[in-house]
Amino acid sequence: MSEVVNVLIVGVGGQGVVLASNILCEVAVRAGLDVKKSEIHGMSQRGGVVTSHVRFGERVLSPLIMHGRADVVLGFEAAEALRFAHEVRDGGLLLSSTQKIPPPTGPVKKKQKRPRYPQTPLSDAKQVCRGRVVPVEADRIAAELGNPRLTNTILLGALSTGLAIDDALWTDTIRQMVPSKTVELNLAAFARGKEVALSERQPA
Amino acid sequence: MDQTRRYGDGAKSNKLLQFGNEAIAHGAREAGCYFAAAYPGTPSTEILEIFRTFPGIFAKWSPNEKVAVEVGIGSSLTGTRTMVTMKHVGVNVAMDPLMTFTYTGVVGGFVLVAADDPAMHSSQNEQDSRVLAKFMKAPVFDPATSQQAHDFTKLAFDVSERFNTPVMVRETTRIAHAKGLVELGEWAEPVRGERMKRDIERFVMMPNFARPRHPFVEERSLKLLDFSNEWEGNRLELNDRRIGFITAGVATNYIEELMPDASYLRVGLAWPFPVEKARALVEHCDRVLVVEELEPFMEEEAKIAGLPVEGKAYFPRVGEFDLDAVAAGLKKAGLLDETFAMPEPAEVVARPPVLCAGCPHRGIYMALRKINADVYGDIGCYTLAALPPLETMHTCFCMGASIGNAIGAKLTETKPRHPTVAVIGDSTFYHGGITGLLDVVTSRANITVVIVDNSITAMTGGQHHPGTDRDLMGNEAKHVPIEQVVKGLGVEKLIVLDTYDYQNAVDQLRSAVRFEGPAVVIARRPCALFPTKIKPEPYAVIEHACTGCGNCFRIGCPAIFDSGKKTERGLAIATIDADACTGCTLCEQVCKDDAIFPLAELNKKREQEVQV
Repeated sequence: MSEVVNVLIVGVGGQGVVLASNILCEVAVRAGLDVKKSEIHGMSQRGGVVTSHVRFGERVLSPLIMHGRADVVLGFEAAEALRFAHEVRDGGLLLSSTQKIPPPTGPVKKKQKRPRYPQTPLSDAKQVCRGRVVPVEADRIAAELGNPRLTNTILLGALSTGLAIDDALWTDTIRQMVPSKTVELNLAAFARGKEVALSERQPA
Repeated sequence: MDQTRRYGDGAKSNKLLQFGNEAIAHGAREAGCYFAAAYPGTPSTEILEIFRTFPGIFAKWSPNEKVAVEVGIGSSLTGTRTMVTMKHVGVNVAMDPLMTFTYTGVVGGFVLVAADDPAMHSSQNEQDSRVLAKFMKAPVFDPATSQQAHDFTKLAFDVSERFNTPVMVRETTRIAHAKGLVELGEWAEPVRGERMKRDIERFVMMPNFARPRHPFVEERSLKLLDFSNEWEGNRLELNDRRIGFITAGVATNYIEELMPDASYLRVGLAWPFPVEKARALVEHCDRVLVVEELEPFMEEEAKIAGLPVEGKAYFPRVGEFDLDAVAAGLKKAGLLDETFAMPEPAEVVARPPVLCAGCPHRGIYMALRKINADVYGDIGCYTLAALPPLETMHTCFCMGASIGNAIGAKLTETKPRHPTVAVIGDSTFYHGGITGLLDVVTSRANITVVIVDNSITAMTGGQHHPGTDRDLMGNEAKHVPIEQVVKGLGVEKLIVLDTYDYQNAVDQLRSAVRFEGPAVVIARRPCALFPTKIKPEPYAVIEHACTGCGNCFRIGCPAIFDSGKKTERGLAIATIDADACTGCTLCEQVCKDDAIFPLAELNKKREQEVQV
C-alpha cells in the first residue's frame, strides 16, 4: 500500500482548528494528492475538544487515522496536545502551541478525584509521546507580529517542516485563503512558525 | 515522500474536496431536484443550507420531520423532484406518512436523506436507518465516500421515478462530516410539476383503495431486488479465495485499507440486498464476513437467504467503526495476527461542552435549581444543564417529550417532593411541544411548562423556525409568537420573563408552580451566538473583595475561572476572562460580596485613583 500521511489537529472550540485543517487539505489537493478529512461538529462547538483528522497520499481510504499512527499531531492548546500525545507514531512529531486554556470547571472539590489542569502539559507529553515534542510559542510570536489571530498560520508554518510539501504550495494557498489585507503578515507568520520548529528540531 | 514532484500534474484538478453533505446537495441539484424540505438535525443540517444557495430551486425548513415529509409528498404529487433531509431520529417522527407513501408511490422523484450518528456524537441514540427503510419498503443507498454520496443521491431520483417509490439515502456522521474528493457533473433543469393530477384510487389510502396497493409494494420490492442484483454500484470483486467481505457505508474504507487483497462485495444499495451477488462471493470464497456499522442488517439479509456468512460475532454492534475496531474484529476472526497495541493516553482534565458565556438558558436553570424543581427536559443546547455544576435537568428522551413526561409523572406520583416542571426550547416547542401542551390543558395537569426561548434553533448552528422572521431562502417570513400559541391552547397562567434577571426569574417561577393548574413560563433572551454574536463589555472580579463563596463558579459559565489565588481562609478566588465575558451580569447578581463589576468601570476608577 502506498504511503499515506496522517495529521491530527487538536484544540478547543473556537481556536481555528477547522480553518487550519482546511488550508492543509487544500495544500495537499494542490499537490495532486488524494485527501480525506474528518471532524466532529455539533456539541464540540460549545467549548469542547475539537479534533480534525487529515490524511493524504496516493489513495486514501479511511477518513480516520488509526490510533497511535499519526505522523504529526498539531496542538492548538497545550493540554489538548497532551491528551492526544499518544496518537503520535513511533518517530513522529508532536507540534504544539504552548497556549493554555483551562476548562471552566471552577475549583476542584477535594472529594472529587478528577484530574486538574496540568501544570506543564508539554513536558508531560514527552512521557507519553513516542516521537519528538516541539513546543511553539505561537502566542508570543503572534503578539510580536502584532495580531493574535496569526497563531493559526504560525502553527501551519511549524507543521510544514514535518511534511514534505513544497513551500511554494503552502505560500500560494495561504495567499489565496486569507483576507487580502493580511497576506504579507500571514506569510511572515508562516515563515516564523517554520523557523521556530526547525530550530527546535535541531538534534541536541 | 515525493508529493512535490507531482505538483501541477492536474490529475485531480477537476475534483473538489467536499463534505458528504455538500456532495449530496450537489447530487440533488444535478438530478434536477427543485424542492427540498427539512428540520435541522446533526449531522444532516448542512445539506439544505448548501442546497438553498443554488439558483432555480426552493428550499424550506418545516416545523418537524413529519411535516417536512408531508410537504415533500405534496411536492412530489405535483410531479416535482423533491428531497427531504433529517437526522436518524427525525425518521421516527416522519415514519407515519412514509409508511403509506411507499404504498402510493411517487409522481416526481422523492429522495429522503437520513443521517445516522453512530457513536452518538450529537444524538440520544444510535439507531440504524437501514432497518427503517426495509420496514417502510423503500430502497436505501448507503454511500461509502463523498463521491458516492453525490452519485447515489443523483441516481436515487431516477430510481424513485423508475420504480415508483420514495428512496432513502442513508449517510452517517463520518460521511456527512468527512471530506473527500468529488467529481461533480452538469446541473439539470430543475423539475417542477404543473399541478396535482387527481387520482383518488391511488392517493386516497382508505381501506378499499389501500388493499390493492400492498401487492403493488411487494411486486415493486421484487423488481428492486432484480435491480440491486444487476446494478454495478453493488460491486463484486473476486480476488483472494480464502476470504471475502461484504461491506457498505463508511466501513468499506476501513476494511479495504486493512485487507486490500481480499474478495469484496461492496454494497451501495443495502436494501433490497443484492443476494445473488452475495451468493457469488460465498461460492468464490472459503469464508465470508459482513463488515457493517450498527445493526447486522446485511448479515441478516444474507442469512435469510441461507448464505453462510459471519459478522457481528467479531465486529461491534455498538458505536462507530474505525481502523482499530475493524482490525480488532479481524484478529478475533483469526484473520490478522497482530493488532497494533494502542498506546496509553495521558489522563487529562475533561473538557465537557458547556452553555456559552452569556447563554440565555443559564439564568432560568439557576432559578429552577433554586426552587428545586423536578425538571423533565428536552432536546437542545439546554440539555447541557444536566451536567455539573447546574445538574438541573432530570430526563431527556426525544423532541417534545418533556411535557408529556411531566404530565404522566404528575398524574401518578403519590409522594411528590418537588414542583413538576417541563423545560423545552422554542424550536423544540414548535417541533413537538404543542400537542403535549394541549394535553396539559385538557388533563388539567398541575405542572409548569417553561419554554426557554432563545429565538433560534441554536444547537444545530442557528436555523430559523416558526417563531423567527426569516425563512431558509432569506426572505421575510410570517412568524407565530409562542404567546399566541400558548393562549390559543387555553393556558390561563402565562408569564414572560427575562432570563438575565435572576431574582425575578426565581419569583416568577415560584408563582407559576404555586398556581393551581397548568402554567406556562416563557423564559426569553436571544441566543448569545445566533443570529448575531453578542459581545458587550466584560465584567471583572475585584480580588480583595472576593471571599471565595463560590456562587459564581456554580453557575457554570465558561468565562469564569479559578484564578489560582486563595482567600485568607484558603478559598479559591474567581477571575473572569474578559475576552469571553458578554456582560450578562448573572455572576454579579449572585455574588455575595459585591466583588464583580464592569471592567470598564474598574479601569476608570483605577485611572482616577492614579490621577489623585
